[in-house]
Amino acid sequence: MIASASVRTCSAPDGRSVLGRLHAQSGRQLLGCDAMPVPLSGKHVLAYGEAVGDVFKALADPTRRALLDELLDRDGQTLFELCARLATRHGLGSTRQAVSQHLDVLEDAGLITTRRQGRYKFHTMNTAPLYVIVDRWLTSHKED
Amino acid sequence: MRINLTSVLVDDQAKALRFYTEVLGFLKKTEVPLGEHRWLTVVSPEDPDGVELVLEPDEHPAVRPFKLALLADGIPFTSFAVTDVLAETQRLQALGVTFTQEPAQMGPFTTAVLDDTCGNLIQITSM
Repeated sequence: MIASASVRTCSAPDGRSVLGRLHAQSGRQLLGCDAMPVPLSGKHVLAYGEAVGDVFKALADPTRRALLDELLDRDGQTLFELCARLATRHGLGSTRQAVSQHLDVLEDAGLITTRRQGRYKFHTMNTAPLYVIVDRWLTSHKED
Repeated sequence: MRINLTSVLVDDQAKALRFYTEVLGFLKKTEVPLGEHRWLTVVSPEDPDGVELVLEPDEHPAVRPFKLALLADGIPFTSFAVTDVLAETQRLQALGVTFTQEPAQMGPFTTAVLDDTCGNLIQITSM
């Protein structure tokens, strides 16, 4: 039940599951978080040592899940491309400011990082916080 | 009334003329010395009597921060129509042009966004 609930939490509006697809990808490092029963609300510290915001809160919003879906489709996008994808592929006519705020929440939760390259700014997906969820409720209960 | 001109604000007219003609493939239409700068326009070879693009100096102090803000968010200043965005992107990348957005399907359009080397992003679009 918990497993299906947590996967459902991460489903995109179109029913595709971000977490399910990530979990299916092999060869990803699990961050060495096997020994860490990390609290998944409030600020917590991942293995890479950064305080991050609430992952569930970040994933609770359908626009933010759509942003992650689009970054999974192609990583490293400008704000302009993300806005255009939300509008044309998801029917989400959010303002640029609103999308920018959604990206801030995702960045605070550690789910995306931004990188400046010259005068441009690109957004990159970071799956690390999702592995904490996988590890807490899926991996550690496999043997039960 | 009809629209006969549009403009891009460029940081260097000589560099802009090279990029817009030698790389993008437009043709120089008018060049009139005007003090420090020039009245400089290009047209598409597909429509030589059509709308002229003015390569306009960006020296007004309000322009640079505006251009930098658009660049940071990846927002194109204007958009040009091409027959095939994928093919055009490959052609331009082979010439060393930087793209901030690779070709992507956006509803009925395919779009890509390139850097004009003069401080602007330009979108190319095909149906």
